[in-house]
Amino acid sequence: MKIHIDEAKCVGGGQCVVAAPEVFDQRDEDGVAFLLMENPGSELHASVQEAALLCPAVAIAVAER
Amino acid sequence: MAHTTAPPAFPMERDARCPFDPPSALLDLQQSAPITRVRIWNGSEPWLVTRHEDIRAVLSHPAISSDTDNPDFPHQSAAIQARRKRAKSFFTSDGPVEHDEPRRVLARDFTAKRMQALREHIQTITDKLLDDMLAGPKPVDLVEAFALPVPSLMICELLGVPYSAQDSFHSLTKAFVDRASTPEDTVAATDQLLELLSGLLDKKVTEPADDLLSRLAQEQLKPGIRSLDELAKMALLLLTAGHETSANMIALGTAALLTHPDQLEKVRSTDDPALIASTVEELLRYLTVVHSGLRRVAGEDIQIGGRLIRKGEGIICPIDTANWDASAFETDATLPADDLDVTRPARHHLAFGFGVHQCLGQQLARVELQVVFSTLFRRIPTLALAEPLGDIHFKHDMSIYGAHSLLVTW
Ligand code: HEM
Ligand code: SF4
Repeated sequence: MKIHIDEAKCVGGGQCVVAAPEVFDQRDEDGVAFLLMENPGSELHASVQEAALLCPAVAIAVAER
Repeated sequence: MAHTTAPPAFPMERDARCPFDPPSALLDLQQSAPITRVRIWNGSEPWLVTRHEDIRAVLSHPAISSDTDNPDFPHQSAAIQARRKRAKSFFTSDGPVEHDEPRRVLARDFTAKRMQALREHIQTITDKLLDDMLAGPKPVDLVEAFALPVPSLMICELLGVPYSAQDSFHSLTKAFVDRASTPEDTVAATDQLLELLSGLLDKKVTEPADDLLSRLAQEQLKPGIRSLDELAKMALLLLTAGHETSANMIALGTAALLTHPDQLEKVRSTDDPALIASTVEELLRYLTVVHSGLRRVAGEDIQIGGRLIRKGEGIICPIDTANWDASAFETDATLPADDLDVTRPARHHLAFGFGVHQCLGQQLARVELQVVFSTLFRRIPTLALAEPLGDIHFKHDMSIYGAHSLLVTW
C-alpha cells in the first residue's frame, strides 16, 4: 500500500490520526499531517482507507499494490 | 417544463413531538427532490442539497465559496449577515491566504494528540462540576450546572481568558445564536467581545502566560505578522465556536440517552473506550446541533448529483438531514438511520462539516464529550429527567439546536 498526503491541501483537523493513529500524526508547528510509516502492514489497510475517506480536504491518496 | 409551484420556504420546522428528529419536510425532500430550490428570508432562492453524498461533494468542491461578503451568499438572517461582516475571519473566507494560512496558525493547538493529552484535565473539571452539582439541591438545570461550564472552562483556559471575564462573554455570545437578535444586537455584542479580546492580546505582548492568546501575541502581533484586529477576530471565532456547540451536545445528548434506556444501559455499564467513542460519534450524527444548514455560494459552474449549479447561486447544506440519510448510515436493515444506536459505525457523519472548513475544534469536542458521557452516568447512575420530554424548552429559536434548560434529578 502506498500513501500520499498532499500537504498543501491538509487543513489539520486530525481525522486521519483518529482513524489510524499508528500511521498518521500531525506536525507540531502547524497541525499538517505526516506519515509515521511508509508501508503499513495489511492489518492497518482498513483504517488507512477509512482515514482517506474521512479526510475532509481529500488530501490522502492511497494506492494498493 | 413550466415552473408552476413556488419553492418551499426554508428553514422548515421540526415536529415538536419528535424533538430529536430533523424537520420531516427535509427528510421528505431528501427522497423526492434531493437537490431543489428553496426560498429564504431575503426572498432569494438558493439550492437545498439534502443527501449525504451530495453534501460531501458540495463542501469539498474546489470551486465552492464560504465568502460571506459575496452578494449572492445565502445568509441565515440579517443579524447573522451583519455579525459575519463585522467579525470576518478565515471561517468566512476562501483560499490559501485568507483561509488556509490563518487556520494553520491555530491548528497546532488543536491537533488530535494534543487534545488527547488534555483528557485528564477535562476529567478533573468534569468531576469537580459533578461534585458541586451533587452537593447542591435537586432538581437542577443541567445546562447551567454542567453542560455549559465544561466547554466554556476548557476554551477559556486554552485561550487564556480570565475567569472574571467569562460571565460577560456568556451573555454576549447568547445574542449570536438567538434567532430573535437584531443586526444591531449582534454587531454591538461582537464589538464588545472584540474589545475584550484585543485588550487581552495587547496585555499578553508584555505579560505572556502559557496560553494560546499569549502565543498569538508573541508570535504574530509583536513581530507585526498579523494585526490586532485580525487576531482578535480569530480568537472570537474560537470562543464562540467552541462553547455553544459542545454545551448543546452535552445537554441534548443527555436528554437523548435518558429517553433511550436500552442505549443508556450500554453506555452506563461499559468501560470500553471504543464504545464510548462510538457513542459520541452516534450522538453527534443523531443530534447534529448545527441545524441551520451550512451555507455556501458556487464560485464557478459546478455539477452536483448530476445537476448543474451555476456560478453565483447559493447553496444550503442541512447536515442534520444528511446525517439521517439511510443510504449512508443504514448499513444493515436492523439499524434504521432514524434510530439512536451507540454501536453504529458513524464516523463519516457530517456533524463537524466537511471540506476545508471542517471543524478545527473537533478533537477537543470529541475528548470533552467522551469524558462527559463516560463519567456522567457512572457517577450518577440514577440520573433522570425531572420534567416530561414534552415540557422541555428546545432551541427551535436558535441557530444551534439544544435545550434552553434541562431539569434533572437523581
Ligand atoms: C460538538 C461540538 C462542535 C460542533 C458540532 C461543531 C461544528 C462545526 C461545524 C459544522 C463547522 C463547519 C461550519 C461550515 O463549514 O460552515 C465548524 C467549524 C469550526 N469550528 Fe466547530 N464545532 C464544535 C466544537 C468546536 C470547538 C470546541 C471549537 C474550538 C476550539 C470549534 C472551532 C471551530 C472553528 C474555528 C471552525 C471554522 C473552521 C474553518 O472555517 O476552517 N468548534 N464547527
Ligand atoms: S484528515 Fe486530511 S486534512 Fe485532516 S489532518 Fe489528516 S490529512 Fe490533514
